[in-house]
Amino acid sequence: MWTLPIFLVGTMIALAIPLGFYVARTMDGRAHLPGWLSWIEQRIDTGPQNWKQYAVAMLIWNVVAFVVGFAILTLQPYLPLNPDHKGMLSPTTVFNTLCSFLSNTNLQHYSGEVHLSYFSQLFVICWKQFHTPAIGLAALGAITRGLRGDAHMGNFYVDLWRATTYVLLPIAVVLAILLMACGMPMTLDGNFAVTTLDPGAMGSDEAGTALPQTIARGPVAAIVAIKQLGTNGGGFFGPNSTHPFENPSDWSNVLENISIMLLPMAVVVMFGRMLGNLRHAAVIFGVMLVFYAAFLGWAVYFDSTQGNPGLVAHAEREFTIDDPAAAGGRRDVPLPAVAGLPVDQALGNHEGKELRFGTSAGPTWAASTTCTSNGSVNAMHDSLNPLAGLAPLAGMWLNCIFGGVGVGLINLLIYLIVAVFLAGLMVGRTPEYLCKKVEAREMKLAMLALLVHPLMILGPTGLFAALDWGAKSLNNPGPHGFSEILYEFSSASANNGSGFEGLADTYGFNDNAAPAPYAVHWDIACGLVMVVCRFVPIIAPLAFAGSLAMKKRTTLTAGTLRTDNVTFGCVLFGTVVLVGALLFLPAAVLGPVAEHLGPLPFGR
Amino acid sequence: MSQVLTPQPPRSTPVATQLKEARRASRQSGLFEPQLLKTALWQSLVMLRPDIQWKNPVMFVVEVGTVLTLVYTVARFLGYSAHVSASYLVALDFWLIMTLLFANFASSLAEARGKAQADALRKTRRDTPARRLPEYQELEVTYGQRALVEVAKGWRIDEIMSSQLREGDFVLVEAGEFIPSDGEIVEGVASIDESAITGESAPVIREAGGDRSGVTGGTRVLSDRVVIRVTAGAGKSFLDKMIALVEGAIRQRTPNEIALSIVLAAFTLIFLIVTAALWPMALHAENYMQGYLGTDAPIKGLGTDVPTLVALLVCLIPTTIGALLAAIGIAGMDRALRANIIAKSGKAVEVAGDIDTLLLDKTGTITMGNRRASQFIPLDQYTPVEVARLSALASVADQTPEGKSIVELYRLMSHGSAAVAGAGSTSSGDGLYVPESAKFIPFSATTRMSGVDLPDGHRIRKGAPDAVVRFVESQQGKVPEDLLEQVHKVSAKGATALVVAEGNRVAGLAVLEDVLKPGMKDRFQRLRQMGLRTVMITGDNALTARAIASEAGVDDFLAEATPEAKLSYIRKEQAEGKLVAMMGDGTNDAPALAQADVGVAMNSGTQAAKEAGNMVDLDSDPTKLIEVVEIGKQLLMTRGSLTTFSIANDVAKYFAIVPALFAGTLPWLKSFDVMKLHSPTSAILSAVIFNAIVIPLLIPIALKGVRYRPVGADALLRRNLLVWGLGGVVVPFIGIKVIDLVLTTLNLIA
Repeated sequence: MWTLPIFLVGTMIALAIPLGFYVARTMDGRAHLPGWLSWIEQRIDTGPQNWKQYAVAMLIWNVVAFVVGFAILTLQPYLPLNPDHKGMLSPTTVFNTLCSFLSNTNLQHYSGEVHLSYFSQLFVICWKQFHTPAIGLAALGAITRGLRGDAHMGNFYVDLWRATTYVLLPIAVVLAILLMACGMPMTLDGNFAVTTLDPGAMGSDEAGTALPQTIARGPVAAIVAIKQLGTNGGGFFGPNSTHPFENPSDWSNVLENISIMLLPMAVVVMFGRMLGNLRHAAVIFGVMLVFYAAFLGWAVYFDSTQGNPGLVAHAEREFTIDDPAAAGGRRDVPLPAVAGLPVDQALGNHEGKELRFGTSAGPTWAASTTCTSNGSVNAMHDSLNPLAGLAPLAGMWLNCIFGGVGVGLINLLIYLIVAVFLAGLMVGRTPEYLCKKVEAREMKLAMLALLVHPLMILGPTGLFAALDWGAKSLNNPGPHGFSEILYEFSSASANNGSGFEGLADTYGFNDNAAPAPYAVHWDIACGLVMVVCRFVPIIAPLAFAGSLAMKKRTTLTAGTLRTDNVTFGCVLFGTVVLVGALLFLPAAVLGPVAEHLGPLPFGR
Repeated sequence: MSQVLTPQPPRSTPVATQLKEARRASRQSGLFEPQLLKTALWQSLVMLRPDIQWKNPVMFVVEVGTVLTLVYTVARFLGYSAHVSASYLVALDFWLIMTLLFANFASSLAEARGKAQADALRKTRRDTPARRLPEYQELEVTYGQRALVEVAKGWRIDEIMSSQLREGDFVLVEAGEFIPSDGEIVEGVASIDESAITGESAPVIREAGGDRSGVTGGTRVLSDRVVIRVTAGAGKSFLDKMIALVEGAIRQRTPNEIALSIVLAAFTLIFLIVTAALWPMALHAENYMQGYLGTDAPIKGLGTDVPTLVALLVCLIPTTIGALLAAIGIAGMDRALRANIIAKSGKAVEVAGDIDTLLLDKTGTITMGNRRASQFIPLDQYTPVEVARLSALASVADQTPEGKSIVELYRLMSHGSAAVAGAGSTSSGDGLYVPESAKFIPFSATTRMSGVDLPDGHRIRKGAPDAVVRFVESQQGKVPEDLLEQVHKVSAKGATALVVAEGNRVAGLAVLEDVLKPGMKDRFQRLRQMGLRTVMITGDNALTARAIASEAGVDDFLAEATPEAKLSYIRKEQAEGKLVAMMGDGTNDAPALAQADVGVAMNSGTQAAKEAGNMVDLDSDPTKLIEVVEIGKQLLMTRGSLTTFSIANDVAKYFAIVPALFAGTLPWLKSFDVMKLHSPTSAILSAVIFNAIVIPLLIPIALKGVRYRPVGADALLRRNLLVWGLGGVVVPFIGIKVIDLVLTTLNLIA
C-alpha cells in the first residue's frame, strides 16, 4: 500500500537534486556546450532585457504560437499525417484547446485519438508541450535573476532555447525510449483493425459481417514523455495514462509518475543554486515536500484504506429539514437504505482505478499530478472517495506545491511575499526579501497575482453552478455534481488540466450533430480562465522581481527576518495553509465535505 | 548636553504645570480618560460619513454592507423575504453599525489623545509682546558684539506682537519674558525655562555661539538678557509644526502603512469574491436539495440570504486591523512624543525600526558626561599622596568637574576631614592651604594647562603632557624617562593622563578616567541581539577610544571624529546597505544628521542641526536613539501582529458560519460545527459580535503597541507567531462559543 508512494517520492527527490544543479548551470549559461550549439545560441540572443521587454517577448512568442496552432488545428483535414482522415474541429474546441495548450494547462475538451490527426498531435500538442514548460522555466530564471539583483533579467529567447534544447529535449528523448521499452507505441501508421475473437463483439454491419475492432495508435511515446515531464498532462488518448498504450506496465507507471515531479522539484534546487542561497531553497523545498506528503498521504488514506462513505453506515440515520409544506414546518428525511449495505470495503475504493497498478497507484498519481500542474491521470478522479478527491482539489487550489515547471515556484513566491510581509512586520522592520525591501509596489503586484486564482475559480464555478450551463452538464446531482464544476474551473485556473470528468463539455468535430448542450460555454469560459491564470501570475511576479532588482541591497543583521531557517518554513507553511483554507473552505465544504458527510446515492 | 544650574528653586510656569499634569494624566489614567472618551465618541458618529470611510477600504466595505443589510431589514418589515426573522436582522444591523462605530472610535480616540497634547502645547503658543531691534543687523556689522550695551543706551526698539515677527528679525528678550519665536541667540547668555516644551523644570543655559544657541518660542528667559535672531516666522515655529503634527493635520500615510493598506484591500477583495461566489453556490445546493426531497416549495437557507452573507463578509475581511490601522500610526507618533521626541514625519518613526547602525557620542551616552580622577601615578621620587596634593592644589580654583574630582580624590586619599580651601580661603588642615596672594592660572586652549603660582615661588601646573613637558623644559627641568611610557600606558587603558609639575620637576600623573554609564554594557548587548551595530564617536585618540569601546562593548568606534569623518562613516555604512541613525547638536553635525537615515537633533542644539535632522529630542538626551529605534520597531510589530491576528481569526469564524449557512439546506454539515453553537442565527450573530467587540478590546494594544523585546528576529518572530498567529486561531473559537452561551443563557436568541 504505502511502499509505492514512498519509493516514488524517494526516487523523485534523488533524481531532482542533481538535475536542479544541471538546470541552474544551463539557465545561467555556464554549461559546456559544443561549438555549434553556442553558435546557434548567439544567433538567438537579442541582448539583455528588462522585465518589460522580457514580458513583451514572452507575449509575442505566445501570440505567434497561438496563431500557428490555430492555423494547424483549423486546417487539420487538409494537412498531412492524417491517416484516419480526422475532420474539421468546431471553433470553440479549437479555441479551448489552444488556450489550454498555450497555458500549459492541457485541459482536453476533446479526445486525442478521436479528434486529432497525427500532424495536429505532433505540431500543436507535442510542440506546445515542449515550449510551455520552457517558458515557465525561462520566466523563473528571469525572476531569479531579478531577485538576486542582476542588472537585467536575461533574454527570453535564449532562455527558451536553453530550457527546450538542453533541459527538456534530452530528458524527453531518454524517457520516450524507456517508455517504448515498456511497450508504448511510436508509429505514424493509422488505426489498426483487428478481428475480434468473439466475432460479434464489435457488432456487425448491415450485411451481417462481423465488424473489426479499431485500435487507435500513433506517435504515443514522443508525446507522453514530454506530457509527463513538462507538467503538461495532455494525453495522446482521451483516457490519458489509464489507457494501456499510454501507460503499458508497472514500470511505465513508475517512470511516468516520477517524471511528473522531476522538473518541478528540480527547479526549486535551481532557484537556490542561481540565487546562491541553497538554504533558502531547502526551506521552500521542505515546505513543498510537507504539503506533497500530506496530500499524498491524505489521498491514499481516504481512497485506498477507507471505504466509500456512501456504502458504510452514516452516524445519522435521518435528518430534519425545513419544509413549509409539512406539519410544523419541518420534516424528517430518512437516509436511503443503501447506507450500511454489507459490502466488504477492506481494500478501499476500487472504482475507477487501473487495478493492474495496485490500489494506491491512483491516489498517489492523483496527488502528484495536482500538486504539480501536470494533470495527467491514471485513475478516474471522479471516482475517488469524496475526501480523497479533496486532495487533488486542494493541490490545485494552492497550485504551488512544486507546481508547474517554473510557474509553481513563482506561485509559491506570491505566498512567500505575503509571509515575508507579515513576518517582517512582526520582527519590527520594514519587510525584506533577499535583502531587498518589500514595499507598496511589490505588494500591489503580489496581491494582484494572488487575487486572480480565487477569482477565476470561484466566480465561474458560482456562475455555472447557479445556471443551467453547469447544472445541466452534470452526470451526477448533489454535492458530487458541484465538485465536478468546481474541479473543472480549479483545473483550468491552476493550469492543471486534469479532469474530474463527469461533465458534458465536448463539442468535438464541427459537424457533430449532437454536441454537449453547453460545450460552447465550457469551452469559452475555461479557455479564458486558463489564459488569464497563466499570464497574470507570470507577468506580475516578473514586474515584482524587476522592481526588487532595482532596489538597494540591505545587509543581514540579527534583526533581519531570516528566510532560510525552520521558523520561516513554519511561517511559509502557515501562510499557505491559512490563505488557501480561507479562500476555498466554503467551496470545499459544499463539494467533497458535503458529499462525504451526506447521504448516497444522491439520486432524484 | 545642556548644563543644568543647581540649586534652583523649581520655577514652573503655570503652563508647564498644566502640560505636566496632562502628561501625567495621560500616562497614568491611561487610555480611557472621560474627556477624551467624550470627544472620541462624538467623533465616531461623525466619521460614519461615507467620504471619510472611503479612505479605509476595509471599513468602507463594512459600511456598504451595513446599508445593504438595513435595506433588507426594512424590506423584511414590509413583508418581503420572510424566511429570516426580523429580530435577527435588527440584531445584525445593530452589530454591524457597532463594528463601524468601534472602528471609528479607535481612530478618533488616538486622534483625541494627540489633540489633547496639542491643546496643551497650544496654550504655550501665546501672542506675546516682542521687542524688535530694527537696526540690529547694521549694528552687528558695525559694533560687533556690543549691541546689548548700545541698546541699553536707548536704541530704537519696536514694540510689536510675536505674530508680526518675520524670519531674520532680531529681538531682545529679558529676564521674565517669553521668547516670542524660535530662534538663535546671537548675543548674550541666559538661563531659560524650557519646561513648557520638555516638561523638565530645571532651567537650561543657552548662549550665543557654539552649539547651544537654539531657543524655542514659548519658553521663558529666567535670567539675563539676550538678542535672538528669529528663525521661524509666525505660524511656522517649531511649536506650530509640532501642534500640526500631533493633531494629525499633516499626518500622511507612511510607506509601510500604504503597503499594508494594499494588502488589506486585496484581502477584502478576495473575501468579497469568496462571499459573492457563495451565493450562487448555495443556490445550486438549494436547487438540488429541492429536487432530492421532491418538495414544491423552494428550500431557503441562510446561504442565499444576503444580510447573512454580508455578516460573513464582514467577519472575514480584516476589520480588526482595518479599524486599528490609523490608530496604530497615530499612536506611534504619540509614543514618540511621550518620549519627548518630535518626529518631523511618521515616516521617520517607521524608518527608525529599520536602523542597522547607531552612531552614539561617547560623552553623555556611553560615559558619564565628565571624566573623573581615578588615581595618581608618582614619578621621580614623589609619593602618590604628594602627587595627589600637588594636583589638588593646581585644581583648587578649577571649577570643572574634572578639577573637582581631583580634589575629591585627594581628600579621600588623605582621609581629609577638613574642608578644602577654596580660592582666597585661609583655612587649612589638609595641606591645601592656598594663601590669598596666590595666583591661579586658568585653563586656556592655547596653554592647555592650569595651575597656581604660590607666593613662595612654587609654580604648580597640571595639563596635557606635551604642554607640561614644554613648561618643565622651559625652566631647564628634566623630564623623567618613563614619563612617556606611563602616559601611553594610561591612554591604552582608555584613560587620560594629566601631567603634574612642580616648578621644573615632573611630579607625576593624574589619571582621569571616563566613567561608563551604569547599565550601558547590557544595553549594547541587547542592541546587538536586536541586530543593531553600535558605533562610538569620540574626539579621543584611537588608543583611548579602543579601550573605552571594548570596555563598553560597542561594536566599532570612530576616534578623533571630525564632522567630515562622521559624514563619510555614515556614507560608508549606507553604501553597504545599512540604515544609520545618529544624534547630534552642533552646526557641524548638520551634514551628518541630514545624511543619516534617522537624524535626531538635540533641542538644545543649533537651528542648523534641528533643520537637518528628522527628529528632535526635547530632552537632549543622547541615549534617546535607542528608544527611537524601539518605538519604530514597536510600530511595525503592532501592525504585523494585529494583521496576523485579524486574518487568523477567520478560521474560527468559518467554522461558526459555514455550517450555519447550510443548516437549512445540507443539515448533515452539522458535524462541521465543532463549537456546537446553539442555532444557525446565534452562530452568525456570535461571530459578528466577536468580530465587533474584538476591536475595542484591542484598542489598548494598538495605542500602547505590542511589547518589544530586545531579542533576535527569530525569537521575536516565534513569540509573536505564537501569541498573535496561534492565539488568533484559538481565541475566536473560545470567544464565539462564550458569546453564543451568553446569548442563549440570556434568551436573547431563538
